[in-house]
Amino acid sequence: MTSLPEPSAIKLGLVIDLDICVGCQACVVNCKEWNTSGYGAPLSDENAYGANPNGAWLNRVHAFEAGEAEEAKTVHFPKSCLHCEEAPCVTACPTGASFKRAEDGIVLVNEDWCIGCGLCAWSCPYGAREMDPVEGVMKKCTLCVDRIYNDNLPKEDQVPACVRTCPTNARHFGDLGDPNSDVSKLVSARDGFDLLPEQKTKPVNKYLPPRPRRQKDETPMSLVAMAEAQTPKGFWKWMDSTLEKLG
Amino acid sequence: MHPAWSIIFFTSASGLGLGLAAWVVLGLIDLGSVVHLLIVSVFTFGLIGTGLLSSTLHLGHPERAWRALSQWRSSWLSREGVLAVLVLSLLTAWFGWSYLEGDVPFWIGLPLVFLIAVTVYATSMIYASLKTVACWHHPLTPACYLMFAASGGLLASIWLLALADQTLNSRIYHLTYCLLILTWLVKGFWWRNLDKKLPESTLESATGLGSFGKVRPLMPPHTSENYLQTEMGFVVARRHALKLRVLSIFSGGFIPLVLFISFPTSAVFLGLALSFHFAGVFVERWLFFAEAKHVVSLYYGEAH
Repeated sequence: MTSLPEPSAIKLGLVIDLDICVGCQACVVNCKEWNTSGYGAPLSDENAYGANPNGAWLNRVHAFEAGEAEEAKTVHFPKSCLHCEEAPCVTACPTGASFKRAEDGIVLVNEDWCIGCGLCAWSCPYGAREMDPVEGVMKKCTLCVDRIYNDNLPKEDQVPACVRTCPTNARHFGDLGDPNSDVSKLVSARDGFDLLPEQKTKPVNKYLPPRPRRQKDETPMSLVAMAEAQTPKGFWKWMDSTLEKLG
Repeated sequence: MHPAWSIIFFTSASGLGLGLAAWVVLGLIDLGSVVHLLIVSVFTFGLIGTGLLSSTLHLGHPERAWRALSQWRSSWLSREGVLAVLVLSLLTAWFGWSYLEGDVPFWIGLPLVFLIAVTVYATSMIYASLKTVACWHHPLTPACYLMFAASGGLLASIWLLALADQTLNSRIYHLTYCLLILTWLVKGFWWRNLDKKLPESTLESATGLGSFGKVRPLMPPHTSENYLQTEMGFVVARRHALKLRVLSIFSGGFIPLVLFISFPTSAVFLGLALSFHFAGVFVERWLFFAEAKHVVSLYYGEAH
């Protein structure tokens, strides 16, 4: 059924901290690695070593620059499915392959039913869905549904692959439907926001803005002044004075 | 948006076929002779059928296309499929009745004409329902699809009338050129809306970074173009959009109008008029996709 379920109490999703992300692409790679061998058909690549490689990825990291001149900020910007409450990709699907889970809000594709019409990708404003070039079915982030409920994995691995691998802790996973969860607290503490709110998709995933820049020091110390301020001690003092005497 | 040939052919051919079917059911063409009935039905079913078949060509799994009939509660694509199957079956019954019993009562045809119109409307709503493509998400989009189906269908009926040496009454004559002019006027308004409409979404709202100032893309996420860019970031046509618009109006409006007014009963020239109209609608439909900007292209640095 591609009609949307009643909003679930549990809303699993990601919180992405744009202040911390360094754009290392580790989440992109680990996402591809996990999902090429997990849920559904492998995530294929075409012409992987050629001039124009092409493939399906569920997570991509852009980089943007915001502001002017010396105030400009470089922001690395990971983007994957936001598991929207009002997911337009689900209602657009003609076959029932796309669905939103009533129990935790995860948006998934049943690849055995998908006809590869691409209409769900057209209806997604975030570019979260990509057609698999080999399988001809739609691919999207599963929120690693085959990890987060997988009791065969150690507890620390029961989070999405992108969250597990992030070396800077820029990605957080949790229940955004629970106002007392760590992720919800993070969102309220840091003024987390929605992407493209005017598209009225009510995304579950939230983004945390870069923190404001620290105030600049009024009189920055020059390197020369720093060097002059240093008075050598011990061996270096002896060497300094000896070399001085040599003329 | 990427203009896929299969979809362009689908919307223009099935639109024309459905338009023709509506005029035939309304009783515009006298289906007295068996040969004529055969020609009309083959032409009508041929256009709708090849259109629908063509639409399955762009699918990743055409063998599963039947599944698309299941989600009519939420999906316009599914509704279109269900309605098309329904209309094709009812049309078969209608032509069967015409063949066996002669003229079908007018009042029986009316609900079928309504269903045909709803089918064309459903085709247009596949696109008009997408909030992500601002220029499609507009009430004039279904209006354009319905107008093109009606005027193209009327031209096709008149050509079929001329083929059977049937007379064209003056009301239909006036209706034809009025409808042709009106169709392109509505399309003109649609283009005006496309050119004037200010974008609702910007790179600032897409990234939430507007409070820091103007946002610019610095690095794309991959070194080569991905599916999102080839599917939704088609830019080639926009450079030639104005020339192509003029070409489509000339071929789909002006030439058919001149041919129709000059030779309203000549099967040869009316056939030519219909061909030019179809070519014009084809270019119009190509532009419908090629000129449309998808909101996701913002992330790839394209002004929306």
